Amino acid sequence: MTDLPLPLLDVSNLAVARGGVPVLEHVSFALYPGRALILRGPNGSGKTTLLRTLAGLQPPIEGTMTGADDQIAYAGHADGIKPTLSVLENLRFWASVFATADVDAALAGFDLTDLAHRGAGTLSAGQKRRLGLARLAVTGRPIWMLDEPTVSLDAKSVARFADQVRAHLAGGGAALMATHIDLGLDGDVFDVTPCRARPRAATMDEAFL
Amino acid sequence: MIALLLRDLRLSMRAGGGFGLGLAFFLIVTVLVPLSVGPEAKLLGTIAPGILWLGALLACLLSLDRLLALDWEDGTLDLLATSPLPLEAVVSVKALAHWITTGLPLVLAAPVFGVLLNLAPPGYLWLVLSLMVGTPALSVIGTFGAALTVGLKRGGLLLSLLVLPLYVPTLVFGAEVARRGAVGMETTTPLLMLGGITMGVIALLPFASAAVLRINLR
Repeated sequence: MTDLPLPLLDVSNLAVARGGVPVLEHVSFALYPGRALILRGPNGSGKTTLLRTLAGLQPPIEGTMTGADDQIAYAGHADGIKPTLSVLENLRFWASVFATADVDAALAGFDLTDLAHRGAGTLSAGQKRRLGLARLAVTGRPIWMLDEPTVSLDAKSVARFADQVRAHLAGGGAALMATHIDLGLDGDVFDVTPCRARPRAATMDEAFL
Repeated sequence: MIALLLRDLRLSMRAGGGFGLGLAFFLIVTVLVPLSVGPEAKLLGTIAPGILWLGALLACLLSLDRLLALDWEDGTLDLLATSPLPLEAVVSVKALAHWITTGLPLVLAAPVFGVLLNLAPPGYLWLVLSLMVGTPALSVIGTFGAALTVGLKRGGLLLSLLVLPLYVPTLVFGAEVARRGAVGMETTTPLLMLGGITMGVIALLPFASAAVLRINLR
């Protein structure tokens, strides 16, 4: 292997739990700048739980993750869109939360420029998804973490989204995504199936972890 | 943080945002009380400070279950929790936005509603002052209750039960300021107690709210 740059995110021996029950353990991988890592695994195998743990929404039960703090732009199943605000207002809000300014590029990148002044409540499911993904572009964070990003997108939008991810990778960013679709990205596949935790009962009160 | 405040205020002004809900409830209470108690001006004047404070408190309670639940449902809370804003700031701003849309209109409208209840003339200043000092505590405590119940469907019932006992000291001292003011008595002691409660909850509760929110987001 040639000398790789330092990883943006280094995960070693991570174990994650959902509702107090461990779902994945001994998860180890590294995410390098310019690379994408695709998480694969059957439904319920813990991909979402792993992503939420890495995003900092819940603590791991063991193991370490280095480089995750304030570097991750997370996009879960819900897009966090306010229906009574316009597309532009929704995006501007996130841009100011993350202290960035470039809303226009994100709108153009996800083909939302013509919809900018539409109320977000009147968008179709696919358009809402594009708005949710455009939010990633205004965060200015290097690691995009995506949970089933292509749900309700049509083929053209999927291709456009893949282009945006590619542009992000070319700019030195990285992407970690759980998806079942082959986006044709320059990346590796990480199958979580071998990491599934042995069935065991919940042992601790997770609220106090 | 300012962006979050402006967004919350904008959302509350738009259709279905709930701005004016508390005010309308306050109006209903103060209009209906004279009708149910009867047209005895003296009796109304006696109970006016207590009724006005109780109406303000219940009006605050009415809008609490939407405070964090809407952001929870559409995933905004998850995204805010992974944003550079600390959750302590998020809950503080949410409480402030709730006070501006619910508490502040009540403070400003209270003198008008005082007329409906035949509040004694010296009481108006003290009523407005006590509401001004006391309603921020209602919003901050309410945000804590909303954070505790955020994951629950129809958490409004549990929220009310959790929050009501915490509202009692504010209600007791707030209504006492208004009552003493209306009859021309010294108001310093209850006013200081009311201010102390408000300052205390503003200083401490955002940390508790953020902590329970972190647990609820898992």
